[in-house]
Amino acid sequence: MTDPTLKNIDQDVVKEEARKARWSVLNEFWHYFSANKGAVIGLCIVGFMILMAVLAPVIAPHDPNLQNRDAFLTPPVWQDGGSWTFILGTDAVGRDILSRLMHGARFSLFIGVVVVTISLIGGIMIGLIAGYFRGWVDTLIMRVMDIILAFPSLLLALVLVAILGPGLVNAMIAIAIVLQPHFARLTRAAVMSESNREYVTSAKVAGAGHLRLMFKTILPNCLAPLIVQATLSFSTAILDAAALGFLGMGAQPPTPEWGTMLAEAREFVLRAWWVVTFPGLAILVTVLAINLVGDGLRDALDPKLKRS
Amino acid sequence: MIAGAPLWRLLSFYTNMLKFLLNKLVLIVPTFIGITIVAFGFVRVLPGDPILSLAGERGVDPERYQQLLVQFGFDRPIWEQYFTYVVGLFQGDFGTSIATKRPVLNEFMALFPATVELATCAIIFATLIGIPAGIISAVKRGSWFDQLTMGTALAGYSMPIFWWGLLLIILFSGTLGWTPVSGRISLLYFFPQVTGFMLIDSLLSGQAGAFRSAVLHLILPTIVLGTIPLAVIARQTRSAMLEVLGEDYVRTARAKGLEQVQVVGVHALRNALIPVITTIGLQVGVLLGGAILTETIFSWPGIGKWMLDSISRRDYPSVQGGLVLIALIVMMVNLTVDVLYGLINPRIRHQ
Repeated sequence: MTDPTLKNIDQDVVKEEARKARWSVLNEFWHYFSANKGAVIGLCIVGFMILMAVLAPVIAPHDPNLQNRDAFLTPPVWQDGGSWTFILGTDAVGRDILSRLMHGARFSLFIGVVVVTISLIGGIMIGLIAGYFRGWVDTLIMRVMDIILAFPSLLLALVLVAILGPGLVNAMIAIAIVLQPHFARLTRAAVMSESNREYVTSAKVAGAGHLRLMFKTILPNCLAPLIVQATLSFSTAILDAAALGFLGMGAQPPTPEWGTMLAEAREFVLRAWWVVTFPGLAILVTVLAINLVGDGLRDALDPKLKRS
Repeated sequence: MIAGAPLWRLLSFYTNMLKFLLNKLVLIVPTFIGITIVAFGFVRVLPGDPILSLAGERGVDPERYQQLLVQFGFDRPIWEQYFTYVVGLFQGDFGTSIATKRPVLNEFMALFPATVELATCAIIFATLIGIPAGIISAVKRGSWFDQLTMGTALAGYSMPIFWWGLLLIILFSGTLGWTPVSGRISLLYFFPQVTGFMLIDSLLSGQAGAFRSAVLHLILPTIVLGTIPLAVIARQTRSAMLEVLGEDYVRTARAKGLEQVQVVGVHALRNALIPVITTIGLQVGVLLGGAILTETIFSWPGIGKWMLDSISRRDYPSVQGGLVLIALIVMMVNLTVDVLYGLINPRIRHQ
């Protein structure tokens, strides 16, 4: 024990083993995830969307807000009257739809990331406190969550936006509040099933405090269902934000947000199909891809379903 | 004793059921209080003066303001205001709409049948297609039918329904000209509203073509509103069915030499349907949320469109009243589903 070299070797071996273990966990995860072809396709589409969102200012052929006064409602390139200048056509004030869609990807992914981050952190905090302390704290918190869940989520989001005022940021806050109880419930259930396990008791006996027990001992073992729920909430957030935008309560024109684009296109529904079709298709493809990834994650992370 | 035993059993069944019901009822009390607190607080956290929001007036002189202050009870302590509000709710006082100056409850009740009609058609549509699709997918697991159905279901689940509605309008109303674009019935027909349900009223009116017109107006909104529930029900039926098909009693039924139809239709389906019924019940909240979008797209005069219109024209008493009524409906439906679940599944009741 006093020999310094022996101590060094020991530590290296430990580190090496830990690295190997982490790799094997990742390998196993990828093995199960990649067995689901839909999930891999979904992951590719999501990757493509992220790339498009990041590169939008570079690859978009036009300025998304530039109104071309000589090209109102130009059809897409493959239709009579279309041209390669505006590949997916233009809207009622002559803006290039493809460029607007590319910039719209930034908004949708940004909305998803922000909403999931807020509701995930909030939900984990609330769920941890409820599940760890139990008793009246738990009862109070879960009753409040029940009340939030008693309202249809879109209606509650609309009412919250009515209080906060229309706009993208307020819409994101409203959606995060509406989605948050799902994370709280999930965390609470996971914490309650974990907190009676032996490793938690042993950590307690070793003298770990409340915070350490909550965040370092219990929480990492509850992450699997939370990751799956976070993925599914990501798609819900994009859908709800688009719905709010469509109803005029989310991002405001001329923001190239997909739902807002649809709201502006509504009156041309019977005259110019492309103005309506492409923004919605972008929403559908993105949400579908994220849900595919979510299904794949659930299959790969849920040990109950894993080998069935 | 021989005659007494079943009677005793029956009594114990009823007391058990009663206990179960009471437990459920006690649980909804805090939710009800919470809902009323949310609605009560809603007008008080709005930007601007709550008194002016409730009255729908602006720039009033101090005298009128004092009058309104007393009228809405803002001169009394907050707990008394809340208490008065809840007592009012129990007496059917849900506020007065600014837009129409009529009681919110009357407004709501006048529009509610339209939403119920649409939501009922949507859930019937979703169930009639979703359950058989889910069963066949489970029985033929891994087949092309299963993969196609589950792919479609996931797409339906990911569908922005407001866009889906616009697409259907482009195809069926624009290109094909089969269905009307908006409303509940053609303006050519005029008859008294007896039940508020257009399908029934148009039949009662006896006017030729009225019923056909009502049906045509219903088709697209039904499909749009039913899409997400359909996807959820199909997925849920499939997974419930898969679980049940692996159970011992299904294997026993197979071992007895029963036909596939009998095994699936009788032994498996009955048990698989229990979680599916819960899922259908839980879709009611989803339907009422989806009704906001669907009714807006098709100009369907129901409570979803009314809520959105009320929010946009700052008719806050209507929003407040509608919020409570919708939450109460969702709560009651969930309670009914819970009780039904207990009735058909004794294992839950005895817990």
